[in-house]
Amino acid sequence: MIDRRDFLKGCLACSVTAASISVVGKDAFAAGSFEGYPDAMGVLVDLTRCVGCRSCEAACNNEQKLPDPDLPFDDQSVFKEERRTTDKAYTVVNKYEIADKDTLFRKMQCNHCNEPACLTSCFVNAYTKTKEGAVIYNSKVCVGCRNCMIACPFNIPAYSYSSPTNPLIKKCIFCYDTRLKNGRPPACVEICPQQVMTFGHRSDLLAIGHERIKNDPAKYVNKVYGEKEVGGTSWMYLSSVDFDKVGLDNHMQNEPIISNVKDFLGMVPMVLSIWPALFTGIHLLATKNKGEHGDHDHEEGDQQ
Amino acid sequence: MKQYLTSNSDVQIVDSLRTDNDRGRRWTLMEKLFMGLTLQQYIAQAIRNPFNWFLALIFAIGFPVIIGRFIFGLEWATGGPQSNAWGLFLGFGLFGMVPLSSSGFQMGSAVEVFGRHDMEPLERLGILNGILGYFFAVIFLMVDLGQPWRLPYPMVVSWGPASVLFLVAWHVATYLSVQAAEMSTPFFEWMGWPAGRTVIKKMALGLAVAGIILSTLHQGALGALSSYAPGKIHPLWYSSSFQWLYFFVSSLPGGLCMVIVVSTIVIKTMAWRCDDNFKLNLDKLHISLAKGASMGLFTYFVIRMVGVAHDNKWAYLATGWGTWWMFEIGVGVILSMILLTVGARNKNLTLIRLGAWTTILGVILNRLNVYLITFNWKHGEIEIPPWREFMITITIYCVYIATYRFILYRWPVLFRWKTKYGEYTVLDAKTGAKPAVSEL
Repeated sequence: MIDRRDFLKGCLACSVTAASISVVGKDAFAAGSFEGYPDAMGVLVDLTRCVGCRSCEAACNNEQKLPDPDLPFDDQSVFKEERRTTDKAYTVVNKYEIADKDTLFRKMQCNHCNEPACLTSCFVNAYTKTKEGAVIYNSKVCVGCRNCMIACPFNIPAYSYSSPTNPLIKKCIFCYDTRLKNGRPPACVEICPQQVMTFGHRSDLLAIGHERIKNDPAKYVNKVYGEKEVGGTSWMYLSSVDFDKVGLDNHMQNEPIISNVKDFLGMVPMVLSIWPALFTGIHLLATKNKGEHGDHDHEEGDQQ
Repeated sequence: MKQYLTSNSDVQIVDSLRTDNDRGRRWTLMEKLFMGLTLQQYIAQAIRNPFNWFLALIFAIGFPVIIGRFIFGLEWATGGPQSNAWGLFLGFGLFGMVPLSSSGFQMGSAVEVFGRHDMEPLERLGILNGILGYFFAVIFLMVDLGQPWRLPYPMVVSWGPASVLFLVAWHVATYLSVQAAEMSTPFFEWMGWPAGRTVIKKMALGLAVAGIILSTLHQGALGALSSYAPGKIHPLWYSSSFQWLYFFVSSLPGGLCMVIVVSTIVIKTMAWRCDDNFKLNLDKLHISLAKGASMGLFTYFVIRMVGVAHDNKWAYLATGWGTWWMFEIGVGVILSMILLTVGARNKNLTLIRLGAWTTILGVILNRLNVYLITFNWKHGEIEIPPWREFMITITIYCVYIATYRFILYRWPVLFRWKTKYGEYTVLDAKTGAKPAVSEL
C-alpha cells in the first residue's frame, strides 16, 4: 500500500513527465493489492459464542475514557433496535433474531482493513495503518470533511458533531496507544467472559478460523468473513448463519475500495500531459483562417 | 432598478466617462459603486424592488442560523448524521453548484480555443457564472467542514495524494485562481486599470486551456468520489467504471443551460444593463447553446444506459427506486433533450428556456440522488435534513444571487465598457503619467 500511495503521489507531483511514470504505473497496479503487514495482529470473532452481555462495550468505554452511556451497560433494552458506532461508543453489540435458529449477537467496531478506505480517501492523510495492524487517526490534521465516513464500507467512523470548536472522527483504534503497541490485546477481547474473540497474528487467526470450520462444518458457515472482503480486514468473523443475517454485507467486493478510483487517478497525469497540446492544436486548427492570430476583444481596436 | 429607471429616465448609469457637466471626468469608485446614482437615489430604487424585500427576509432569518452553526456546532444545524455524513451543504452546494458552473470553461474555450467569436456577448457571463458557482461551493464547504479553519491543510500541512478529494481540493483552488484571472478583465476595465487588462488578455488562451484541463479532472473527480461508496449508493446511480464520466458529461449541458437560464433572467429583469450587442444576439446564442446542450444530454443519456447495460442492472428498473431513476432520466435528460432539440430546430426560445430549466433541475436531482437520497438505500429510510440545514442552504444561495446581481449591475459583463483607453491616456497626460502598458 505504501508503495502505491507513494506512486500516486509521484503521479500527481510529476504529472508533467507522466508519460514514462504511467508505464511504470501499469506494473505497479498489476502487482495486486497490499496483503497486509506480515506481523499484523488481528482478532477472530466467533459469533456462535456471544451471549450479548455487553461487557466489551463497558470495557471499551472505560479504556477509551468515553462519556457515560444513556443506559447502563447491563440494560438489555438497547437490543430493541439495531445500533451503530457513534462518537460516544466505539463498539456496540446488536441482536439478530434468526428464524429456526438461536438468537445471534454481533459486536461491531472498526475492522481495521488491510487497505482501509478511510485512509485512502483522506485528503490530509490523517489515518495510518500501523505495522501492528491498527488503523489509527491523527486528530491534529483532520479538517472534518467526513469523506472517511462516506468511504468506510462498514459505516464505522463517527463524528463528534456536537463540538463547535474541535469536532473529530471517533472510532475504535484497536486500543493502539494503551495496549496493542505493547503487544497486549484490546480491552474488549480481554474482558470477554465467553472467549468470543481470539487475539493473535492475522495469519494464525485465519488458520484457526478455517480449522474450526473444518472440525465442525455443521456448525459454521464455510467462510471467514474478513479474509477477503475489501482486501482483507484485521478483525474477522465466524458465524453459524449467513453473514447477511447478522448485518454483514455478504456481497462486499474483494478488492480494496481504492481500486474503484484507481482508473480515474491513473488518468489524471494523462489528462494533464495531453490536454494542453491537444487543445492548443485545436485552437490553431480552428482559428487558422480567422484573421490575425485569432486576436479579438470586446473592444476591437481600442488601443490603436 | 428597472422601474426606477423608467420613471427617472435622466439618470446616468456608469458605463464610460461622465457625459454630464463634468464631461470627460473619470467616475470615482464611490460613484461606480452606486452606479452613478446618489445615495438617496440608490436607496430609493433598492426599496422599490420587491426582490430585495425577499432577500432581506431570508437574510434576517438565515444569518442568525449561520452564526448559530458556528457557535453551537454542526449538530445544532444539521442534526449530526453519522451514516449520511454529507447533507445538503455538499449535496446541493458543492455537488450541485459545481457542474452548473462548468459554463466558465465552456464559454472561455468556445471563444478563445475554438475561435467562436460570435459567442463573445455571453463569454463574460459564462465565466462569471463559473467563478461565482465555484466560490460559493467553497463557501458551502466552509459551512459543512467540521474545522473550516483547517481548509488549507491539504495544501500546506499534510498531503493525502492518493485521495480523490485531494485532487478536488487542489484543482478547485487552482481553477478558482484561473477564473479569477479570466474575470479580472472586466474588473480592471471597471476600475480603470488598462495595464492589468492587457496582461490578462495575453494569457487568455493559456487560461482557457488550463480551464479545460482542470474542469475535466475535477468535474470527473466529484463523480469519482462516489466510487468510494459502492453498496451504499443505489446501483442505478453507481458505476465504478463510469461514475466520473457521468459527472463530467452531465456538467457540460448543465453549465450551458445555466448560461441560458441566467441570461434569460437577466434580459427580463435588468435589460437596462445589457447593451445592444447582448440583446440582439441573445436569441441566436441561446439556439447555439441549446444545440450544444442537447448533444451533451444525448451523450449523457447514452452513457447512462450503457452503464445500466454494462453491469446488467435492468432488474432494478422494476423496483420503486427504478421508478425514481426513470423520473430523473425522463424529466432531467429525455424531456430536456426533446425540449432543447425541438426548440433549437424550430427556433422556439420558450421551449429552449424551459428545456434549460429542466436540464439544470435534472443535474441537481442527480447529485442529490447520488449523495443524499439513495445514499444508504439498503437501510430503507431517506434522511430528511432538519429545517436549519435548509435555511442555511437557502441563505447562502441567496447571498450567491445577491452577489451575482451586484456584479452584473456594475462590471462590464452584459455591456461593453465604453471608455477608450486612448481617453484615459489623454486624461493621465495632464499629470504627466502615461499608463505603462509597454513596460508590462
